[in-house]
Order: sequence, then structure tokens, then C-alpha cells
Amino acid sequence: MAAVATCGGDAGSAGSAVATASKSNVTSFQRRGPRVSGTNDSGPRLVSITGTRPSVRNGQLLVSTGLPALDQLLGGGLAVGTVLLIEEDKYNIYSSLLFKYFLAEGIVNGHTLLVASANEDPANILQELPAPLLDDNCKKEFDEDVYNHKTPESNIKMKIAWRYQLLPKMEQIGPVSSSRFGHYYDASKRIPQELIEASKWHGFFLPEKISSTLKVEPCSLTHGYIKLLQFIQNIICEEGFDGSNPQKKQKNILRIGIQNLGSPLWGDDICCTENGDSSHSLTKFLYVLRGLLRTSLSACIITMPTHLIQNKAFIAHVTNLSDVVVGLESFIGSERETNPLYKDYHGLIHIRQIPRLNNLFCDESDVKDLGFKLKRKLFTIERLHLPPDLSDTVSRSSKQDLAESAKRLGPGCGMMAGGKKHLDF
Amino acid sequence: MFLELNNLLNTTPERAEQGKLTLLCDAKTDGSFLVHHFLSFYLKANCKVCFVALIQSFSHYNIVGQKLGVNLTMARERGQLVFLEGLKSAVDVFFQAQEKPHPLQFLREANAGNLKPLFEFVREALKPVDSGEAGWTYPVLLVDDLSVLLSLGLGAVAVLDFIHYCRATVCWELKGNVVVLVHDSGDVEDEENDILLNGLSHQSHLILRAEGLATGFCRDVHGQLRILWRRPLQSTSQRDQSLTYQYKIQDRSVSFFAKGMSPAVL
Repeated sequence: MAAVATCGGDAGSAGSAVATASKSNVTSFQRRGPRVSGTNDSGPRLVSITGTRPSVRNGQLLVSTGLPALDQLLGGGLAVGTVLLIEEDKYNIYSSLLFKYFLAEGIVNGHTLLVASANEDPANILQELPAPLLDDNCKKEFDEDVYNHKTPESNIKMKIAWRYQLLPKMEQIGPVSSSRFGHYYDASKRIPQELIEASKWHGFFLPEKISSTLKVEPCSLTHGYIKLLQFIQNIICEEGFDGSNPQKKQKNILRIGIQNLGSPLWGDDICCTENGDSSHSLTKFLYVLRGLLRTSLSACIITMPTHLIQNKAFIAHVTNLSDVVVGLESFIGSERETNPLYKDYHGLIHIRQIPRLNNLFCDESDVKDLGFKLKRKLFTIERLHLPPDLSDTVSRSSKQDLAESAKRLGPGCGMMAGGKKHLDF
Repeated sequence: MFLELNNLLNTTPERAEQGKLTLLCDAKTDGSFLVHHFLSFYLKANCKVCFVALIQSFSHYNIVGQKLGVNLTMARERGQLVFLEGLKSAVDVFFQAQEKPHPLQFLREANAGNLKPLFEFVREALKPVDSGEAGWTYPVLLVDDLSVLLSLGLGAVAVLDFIHYCRATVCWELKGNVVVLVHDSGDVEDEENDILLNGLSHQSHLILRAEGLATGFCRDVHGQLRILWRRPLQSTSQRDQSLTYQYKIQDRSVSFFAKGMSPAVL
């Protein structure tokens, strides 16, 4: 952040000032003391905000998405001022979980939340957030949980191929280590009530807001979208997230969460028909929303049921108008659930787009085939491993199944040699 | 400005051609590095630049511009650069009713609007100043990118009209250049985008097309650039000259090499 005098500057320039400060004396390896948001360094007057850190690549200010594995794939976190669009999986199970992780991370870090939904009361959404794992003992517990079923086997196996013992046991994307930046959550427990009460949040529940009369001049946006944009803008102005309130010395991040955007409950028919009347209402909404985000200290997560949108060109437009786009594909209900190929995973995760902010290129990971698995205390995202073919009598029919499934993996799948044809030796 | 790209295009800031329309398009990859190249190129050539930036904020272009050796803040202050920041202006025009027509007035309109206010803005920005102080060489219009206008509800015909008016004013009347970026949707059926892309391809003098590799993602080769020189107003029997290079984007520059000659492979 530049000195407090330059209020109203957008988050990008603020991020670059953080970069100059970070090069001087604040590095991400600095031992973090108590998380005080008003720390001023001896260099330029840098006010650090809780729960954020500068990116090592371009100095952009980053916040955690609530999922350290996803943070790693996005190059350290979600940049302040950008939109994270999640393409929902078919039954909206894992995308709502990612949504909740994002909000829970905001509560743990003390950020202000803005939750918008058309089908669920924001107060109920907050009650269902997962409990954070803040105790170090718990982290040791699931560290062992991940590795313990491997150790007895590995001790037996490594007599001949002992060199392999030196390699890491499981190639995970994202180290299973604690960090103050991202937190881990227990999906089976609810967040403690006192944390919710201590946090500051605003809710936008569409059926409540839309009952008031329309007093804005007709625009081509759906009424619900107009209301939501006005609501967001009010919050940003009133609470000074755009720097308009210079006497507020404690800066904070606004985390906006919008659930099921584009679904018919918002009054938008993009999921119902191919070329509806309000076919550009959603894209205009995204454009103005991104304009609001770029000029304020906020980050937004949107879940969108893109599997319902029949107009594929529209999805391309929405992708171009968002910053980070992540697609989830769960195996529930599909024939892949019983496929032995995918028995270790609950679904696939596709990183469709990562923004190039303040830079000519972005940090794309080499791995394009990623699977995710939800354990009780950990949501892991890993490179998709095909399990070894260890059965004694390998029947021909099961081999054909495996070959068929192996064909469907993306072109980036480099670890299995058998891409297209299944060679039988 | 990428020196290697200047060599490939056979231009330098001192002796660039005038009165040309350059079309940048990208398919399955991000072609924004070309926009940064042309922005810094024309600023170094001492031209008056009007940049309609619809997709990113000013600070993004500024920070990348500093890596390429131009200072956008200073250029804006001394009047060389007129910058329309689409995202910020969209917020202004959406929440407050404006008295005079705003360049992004179409956001408030329910039906498919037209881009006349935007054209007026461009013409106002690039009209030659008679006071004779800074003598900029020639005006340049840069648009990033036109596909955003399509996704915001404008028709392909409205965008083509806008480019036509801009070409008539900037290229023919003021002897300047126009550079626009359009996304190619590829195999996704986007009729409006195809109309726009084909229409612009027939009008442009130079087409730079950044494509992803057919084999997918590669760490060492980020994509392929096809350069096509055209002569749209003269009917000649000569074929248009076309070259293809592969590129890798680095922190401050882009390196180009012939197909298959990536340094990682040799």
C-alpha cells in the first residue's frame, strides 16, 4: 500500500507499492509475530493487512482462497481486486464447499464478508461454514493420517529398490504444512458461533431485496443484478474499501461471495434458453463488478452453474471477463464413480484460466490433470495418478475399460506412456 | 517493445508505416503481449496514442510498460497518451446518470446500442492540436479488446461500423495507425465474433495471430505467431506474405524462433 494519502488508488498500484516495500525489507519469509494489522515498517509506510501477502512474482497483494492446495496452483493466492469464478459441478456439492472455505477464511482472518445468494439465506450459509483447524496438534494428526497407510508397505518394499525411498512418498501439489496465510478446515464440524458473531458480514438475500419497488431507470440488466451491484457499491463506499475514507487507519479486505450466479433464481434465463432476452445481462454484471473490484480492496468468489448454459460461446465470454476460472467435475452419479481408475479421487479440477496481472505471463503449473479428494480435514488437489495394474489375472475386458478411460485424460498427461493405444505385452 | 518482433516485422519506431490497420488476434492463448508491444512501440515512436483499454486497469499496463521501457503515467501527463480505462468508466456510467454522452453509454441501453459516443471520444482525443507545441508524429488508436464489446451486448455490425469510422478518421484523414485485438473463439460456435474477425481480416494490412500449440501446453514454447502482410485496397495477383514463428514469453521480452528450433530442444 502506498502511503495513506493516496486514497482512491486502485488495488493494482497499491500492490506494486507493496512490491517495492517487499524488496526492501519485508519478505514473505519474515517470521510473523502476532498478526497486528497496523505494523509500520521502517521503510516506506507500509500498512500490512491481516490475511494478505504480496506475491513473489509481481508484488500483487494476495489473499488465500481458503484452500492451500488451490492457492499453490494459482500462484500463491487470489489477487486482491480479482474475481474467482468456479464452474460448478453437477450437484453443487464441491463448489459450495469451496465457496464456504473462502468465506471461512475471511472470518478467520477478520475480513469483512458480503454473501449474496438467491436461494439460501446468508445467515444460514454462515452457520454452515466449516470449523478452522487452528490447533497445531490437529495438523500433526492429519499429517500422519496421510502418510501412515503407506509406511508399512514402503518398509517392506524398499529392500531392492532402496533408491526410491529417497523420493517423496506421494507427489502432492501443495505441501501439507501449516501456514498463517491459508488455513485448514474440518468439513465435518461447524464453525464456532463466537467466530461468526465476532465477524462483520453483510448479507444479500435476493427475495428480500427484490420486493422493493424498482426506482432505477431501466437498464438491460436483470433487476436482481442491478440490486446486487448497488448493494456492493454501497458497502464499498460506506466502509471505505475504495480508500474514500482516509481517517480509517485500519485497512481491511472485503470478501464477496456470490452463489449460483446465472441460475434462474436470479431472474436470468441464460441457463434455460439458448438465446434469451437477457442474454447479456450477466456479462454486463461481471464487467461492472470487476470495475468495482479493481478500484477497491476486495476479492470475489462466484459460483456459476455453467453446465446448464447451452450457449458455449457465452461461457467463453464469461471466461474472458473473469480473472481466475476453475472448473470442478465430480464423479458422483457418473460412471466414473465406479471406475477403478478414479477410485482415489472424488473428482477432477480444471484450472481454466489464470490472469496475467502486471506481467507478461503467468505462473501456470505444468500439471494439467488434477484430481481432488475430500477427506474429513483436508481437501487435497493432486496430480492425477493412474493406479498400477496389480491384479493377478488381468482379464481382457477390464484392460479395455482402463484403456478407454485413459484416452479421456487431457493431453497434458505425461506420466503414463499409454496414451491412445493400449499395448498388450 | 520487443526488439525481436521489430526485426520480424521489419520496422523500427523511426520508420514505421502510416495509415495502416493492424489486427491482433489470439486463439487458445493470450495475445495481450502483442498489445504491450505496440503500446510501447508507438510511445517510443513519439506518436499521440489513444488507448481504449477495456479489459484491464491502467496500473497493469503501466507496470508492464515500465518493464518494456515506457512510462505511461508520464506519457499521460504530458498529453502523449489518452487512456480510457473501461473498467473504471463502466462503474461511473452505470451508477450515475450522465449529462453528456459517455463513451461507454451503451452499458445503460437496453437494446443493442451503437458506439457513436466512443467514436466521438476517439476523434476528440486524436484531433491535431493547433497550438504547435509538442509535435507528435502521427496519431495511433489502440483497442484492447473488441471481443469485450461483443460480450457486452453490441452487435458485430456496430463494432465494424465503429472501426470503419475510426479508420476513416485516423488512418485516412490523420494518416495514423489503428491496432485492435480480437479473440478468436476457435471451435466454439460464436457467430458474431466470426463476423467481426472475418470483416476485420479483410480490412487490415497486417495480421498477427497468436495461437496455442496444437499439441497443448508446453513450458518452453508458449505459442505460435503467424504474421500475414496484406494489401487490402489493391488487387494484386501476388500472394500475401506469411511467416510463422514460435515464441516464448519471458519477464521483459519475448523470444522468437523458427518452428522446432526452441533453445530447449536444441
